[in-house]
Amino acid sequence: MNGAGIHAFGGYVPRLRLQRQVIAEANAWFNPALKALGRGERAIAGWDEDPITMAVEAARDCLARRGRDGIAQVILASTTLPFQDRQNAGVVAEALHIAGDLGTLDIAGSQRAGTSALIAAGQVARGGGGPVLVASAEKRPTKAASPLELTTGDAAAALLVGEGDGLAKLLGHATRSADFVDHYRGQDERFDYVWEERWLRDEGFLKIIPRAVASALSAADLDAGAIDHFCFASPMRRASSSVAKKLGVPERSVRDNLQGMCGEAGAAHPLVMLAHALEDAAPGERILVVGFGQGCDALVFETTEALAEMRPERGVSGYLKRGRADTDYHRFLGVNDLVALEHGLRSEADRQTGLTTLYRNRGMVLGLIGGKCSRCGTVQFPKSNVCVNPNCHAADTQADYPFSEMRATVRSYTADRLTYSVAPPAFYGMVQFEEGGRAMIDFTDIDADATLSVGTPMRMVFRVKDYDARRGFRRYFWKATPEAPCLDAGLPTDDRYC
Amino acid sequence: MATGIRDRVAILGMGCSKFGERWNDNAEDLMHEAFGEALADAGIERDEIEAAWLSTAIEEQHVGKSGMPLAIALRLPYIPVTRVENYCASGSEAFRGAVYAVASGACDIALAMGVEKLKDTGYGGLPQRTRGAVNDLYWANFSAPGAFAQLASAYRARHEVPTEDLKQAMAHISVKSHDNGAKNPKAHLRNRIDEARVLNAPMVAEPLGLFDCCGVSDGAACAIVTTPEIARALGKADLVTVKALQLSVSNGTEAQHNSWDGSYFMTTRKASERAYQEAGIANPREALSLIEVHDCFSITELVTMEDLHISPEGGAVADVMNGFFDAYGPLPCQIDGGLKCFGHPIGASGLRMIYELYLQMLGRAGERQREKEPVLGLTHNLGGFPHQNVCSVVIVGREGA
Repeated sequence: MNGAGIHAFGGYVPRLRLQRQVIAEANAWFNPALKALGRGERAIAGWDEDPITMAVEAARDCLARRGRDGIAQVILASTTLPFQDRQNAGVVAEALHIAGDLGTLDIAGSQRAGTSALIAAGQVARGGGGPVLVASAEKRPTKAASPLELTTGDAAAALLVGEGDGLAKLLGHATRSADFVDHYRGQDERFDYVWEERWLRDEGFLKIIPRAVASALSAADLDAGAIDHFCFASPMRRASSSVAKKLGVPERSVRDNLQGMCGEAGAAHPLVMLAHALEDAAPGERILVVGFGQGCDALVFETTEALAEMRPERGVSGYLKRGRADTDYHRFLGVNDLVALEHGLRSEADRQTGLTTLYRNRGMVLGLIGGKCSRCGTVQFPKSNVCVNPNCHAADTQADYPFSEMRATVRSYTADRLTYSVAPPAFYGMVQFEEGGRAMIDFTDIDADATLSVGTPMRMVFRVKDYDARRGFRRYFWKATPEAPCLDAGLPTDDRYC
Repeated sequence: MATGIRDRVAILGMGCSKFGERWNDNAEDLMHEAFGEALADAGIERDEIEAAWLSTAIEEQHVGKSGMPLAIALRLPYIPVTRVENYCASGSEAFRGAVYAVASGACDIALAMGVEKLKDTGYGGLPQRTRGAVNDLYWANFSAPGAFAQLASAYRARHEVPTEDLKQAMAHISVKSHDNGAKNPKAHLRNRIDEARVLNAPMVAEPLGLFDCCGVSDGAACAIVTTPEIARALGKADLVTVKALQLSVSNGTEAQHNSWDGSYFMTTRKASERAYQEAGIANPREALSLIEVHDCFSITELVTMEDLHISPEGGAVADVMNGFFDAYGPLPCQIDGGLKCFGHPIGASGLRMIYELYLQMLGRAGERQREKEPVLGLTHNLGGFPHQNVCSVVIVGREGA
């Protein structure tokens, strides 16, 4: 039987980092003990981001160098998928324009979803059914003044798993299942119900993980002492060290769980940490990844020389660096619907989406596919029956042409405080693509003090366009965001913020 | 070769309701008010009207679809009534329908009525509504001010105008219109403002502040048109005739092709060139006595001065600051207060503009009357957004001018 390995990897962390101190201070009247968690910052997804959009960004980061050809399956793992019955992985595939002759699968239901997806992908790839793109993303709603509000972060990772060693060979894996419920979120509930942490540590982490890890190490024919990178996602203080000690993994191999700059991204976090480890690892190093939730998944990888050739475009660390400190806790509560915000009468406009309309136009909407004229070569968005070039106007000459990876520049722009937006002002404008074509399009991730101007370089990102709260639907489209937002904002260019 | 509409149709009578927050009136009441004035002015009976055009844009906010609301409100005698909608050029579109009907000989006397009742939404600004099932999937989440605000960024880049200079010229435009509107009993906003107030107003869509935006109001305006011969037979001596009616509609080039830089209106340039040709005007800066343009936003008025070929390209800021378009300047623009002070009941605006030119040419403009009676005037409407829009240009004037 052939082996399997990771052939490409990438990550994504949203731009804004809410300072934990402001969360702790705002809620100190109710629970002063939260101050103990009031250090560092957590990544918070924009109002227009969800696990689908973050997975798309991580996948783009993963596939930037490798390209998208030949992918056989897309798996999306998350416990906060926006749709319960509409395949979320299918939306990711459309956005990446690889939908069609392709398998898609959502994996959910446990904090192990990410690692279980990775194991499933390894098994598929080993059997010759790959390569499989595994994306995992999480945006967990948390109650105000809950410890989870402070320790949780929003992030995503993507890994391409295929036959052969790739850049990190899967040496072995194992799973233990146990209905150990340290927290849960029932049907129709927005928030987690959480049991005592000490029980989770002593009876969960320290008893269940070692059994799974022992089996995985045995399958890999390795000793715990040989592990160079230990990826364990718990935000609980010193939990990683305690578990490592119990496993016999050297303390120096325990990886940063990214609590300082990101927070724990639920089911996605083990994969985020793995993608982060792959950026740091040298060839020939061993990585142990653990996913915990109603049991435990453990995977052991060994990096290869191919590591140097398949770097992500930005990677987890690139996205961590482009963060921007945010102290607006009220805004966070408002955009996440955690306070009863007065959205105003303009918000009542009907946002029903015709499902027939969407399906017919899915290439344009989900894939940002425009057209290219076979007569004059002009590219345009959207595609039309008659070429837009005034000197051509040829009919029926348009072939599909993707715009999502094309760089663009601002032609005109504004910041609109009249139109309804979840997070005003609404920034938008005309962007012009480098190969031709243009679009009047929404902007996103624009800093309050940003100085946009005609000519500002932009890149396209896949985002939620509108929420239809009445029908529980959300529609997606592409938006433009400054290529180097921190530089545009004139922020200090130290290592921390770009 | 078509010769155009010049002097083939005369305005027999016009009417205009008071514009404003007409909380206690329905659209039907506004039409009735405008029509009463026009009918008395025309000196005819209602049943002499043989065809009518009704313009409304956001009909779901008031009268609903079709020509029936006009026919029922005025009890028109089972004549053809057509409802037209062409964004903010709707009022001019109704006028075009009525004028063409008379010019073609299809009827002797026709009515154009525009009405809009916008103040039943519960909030300020234009109603937020769907742009069409497919457009809603990908169009930017723009409002009217946000779409037009972008002219400023593109204009600054194109002509290298400092932000402050452009803001100041825009402020001058709004101050001037308020000065004019203060003298107009039918205007919605009749307060004078100063530059500092404009510049310090809250931002609506950068760089447009509150006073860079026109008001939103309820209103109706109408015109009764006929041939010059019939007008004279009815005892009219000083005739105001139609010189040109042009419309230019974007075909998607601005929105999709990189030949447009966002700083001007392709449609206005084309429609005005054709209108001058139709009216026999060689030099509009010299020939025109008055203009009423679509000042939905101050920046729109500014760039429109160039698109109408009145100011040279890049020269509008200087013309504005030199008072060229002020009420006592060489070519007053919005001498009635404009959309800025009337607000913009979409279906009515085009006809409201023609109404002012008509009053001025007949010496009936009261406190606002130009000393030297105007002979040729132009109205201009823009519907939609700078990157895709409908533009109408109407020229009227004294018969023979």
